[in-house]
Amino acid sequence: MRASFVFSEVVTGLRRNVTMTIAMILTTAISLGMFGGGLLFVRTIDKMQASYLDDVEVTVYLTQDISANDQNCTAEPCSTIRQSLESNQAVESVVFEDREQAYERFQRIFEGQPELVELARPESLPASLHVKLFDPERSDVIVQEFSNQPGVANVDDQNKFLDRFFSLLNSGRNGTFIVALIAALAAVLLIANTIQVSAYTRRTEVGIMRLVGATRWYTQLPFLLEAVVAGVIGAVLGTGGLIAIKYIALDRILEATGGAIPKIELIDILFPVAPILLGVSILISAVTGYVTLRAYVRT
Amino acid sequence: MIQLESVSKVYKTSTRPALDNVSVDVDKGEFVFLIGPSGSGKSTFLRLLLREEVPSKGRVSVSNFDVAKMPRRKVPRLRQTIGCVFQDFRLLNNKTVSENVAFALEVIGKPKRTITKVVPEVLELVGLDGKADRMPHELSGGEQQRVAMARAFVNRPLVLLADEPTGNLDPDTSQDIMLLLERINRTGTTVVMATHDHSIVDSMRRRVVELDLGRVIRDDRRGVYGVGR
Repeated sequence: MRASFVFSEVVTGLRRNVTMTIAMILTTAISLGMFGGGLLFVRTIDKMQASYLDDVEVTVYLTQDISANDQNCTAEPCSTIRQSLESNQAVESVVFEDREQAYERFQRIFEGQPELVELARPESLPASLHVKLFDPERSDVIVQEFSNQPGVANVDDQNKFLDRFFSLLNSGRNGTFIVALIAALAAVLLIANTIQVSAYTRRTEVGIMRLVGATRWYTQLPFLLEAVVAGVIGAVLGTGGLIAIKYIALDRILEATGGAIPKIELIDILFPVAPILLGVSILISAVTGYVTLRAYVRT
Repeated sequence: MIQLESVSKVYKTSTRPALDNVSVDVDKGEFVFLIGPSGSGKSTFLRLLLREEVPSKGRVSVSNFDVAKMPRRKVPRLRQTIGCVFQDFRLLNNKTVSENVAFALEVIGKPKRTITKVVPEVLELVGLDGKADRMPHELSGGEQQRVAMARAFVNRPLVLLADEPTGNLDPDTSQDIMLLLERINRTGTTVVMATHDHSIVDSMRRRVVELDLGRVIRDDRRGVYGVGR
């Protein structure tokens, strides 16, 4: 098979239907960009889960009475609660935080909002026992066991908050993938349409190729490669779009979360997202092209 | 070289068979005129040889290929042994004369050095060696048909099928084309030509196979057009 002949037919085909080629490239780029965005979403969520689940705690808030009178958690009922927690097999560590320490932590967390810090007093903050679990997923056990114990005002499960937070992020991820799927459908239909138009435009050549005994591959390969080349360019543009969005907007937005959502690094986009986009685009373009040719182009 | 044994072809949309129990043998190197009114089955006959259609019944053999039974992937190999010329020339208008002829070799994967050697030779054979760089619209009808014949012959086919090649040409030009076909035939290529042109058939006195309503009604070794009705 003469590669130079096939290559020149591909270039001719792309140039002949330049508007449809551009449309094909752009829809492919958009759908792949959305898909890449979804993949980055997944990667970010995974990073966050790994990072947050390490730090997630159950906080047992103690009553005002204990907070005011038991500075070191050595008296009843605080000491009993603490011992029960420490002896629980699911618990990795227990740290007591008195009112003063709670106030200092409050000041650190809200140092950007001095008016809030002005209003707070150590007396208004409860003492608490910060419980780290070996398996944060088992926080329910602690919540159920200690919620109604004497001396416990309430039990705050950070894991539940994170569940809701990650559920929101997962919805965002799913939404991105759904949009990517719809855009991909549009891209597939456009590829199929472009190949049909291309084949119709070159019906004389295709007819002669059939008559003189060109194999099916020789006849169909230029059309297939047109779709694949457009797909590859679309993948490159989609990746470029992701990089541009990262630097132009995303970095700033994620910075504003104060590190709650980690930044997306360039390497995250270049690997593995970019090769995945390239592989997916080649696969979808080639399969769509092949199916269209089998269905619509006689050989 | 070509054998049709009790071949019938019925199209789905028709009740009357396009070919009805046709048996014809064509030897290597023969020149055969295929004549008959419109709808007699001439085009179907040629399409069966090319495996554009498969017979409903019977056996078609071309260059030792069992055309009806061969798998689809082998059809290109059959077609590489057959050259085709049509009434409407079917040239590529965006390619020069030599590019049109070379196209037939490029698409079957012939190496560039072969194409560079063979194309000028065949253009000289058809009398177009000074017009290799012309575009089809710059040529007369006769010259365009010569280009088509060069393209059909460039791969040295065993069989040349011509479907009314002089249909769009004036009598003098038609005679030139027929002389070229005869020249090609003298190289050993079997020629089967479907035609309505009485004068050509009568002047050449070659084998004439006449079809009517899908049946062979006459097969004369040195025939003329009008006899047999």
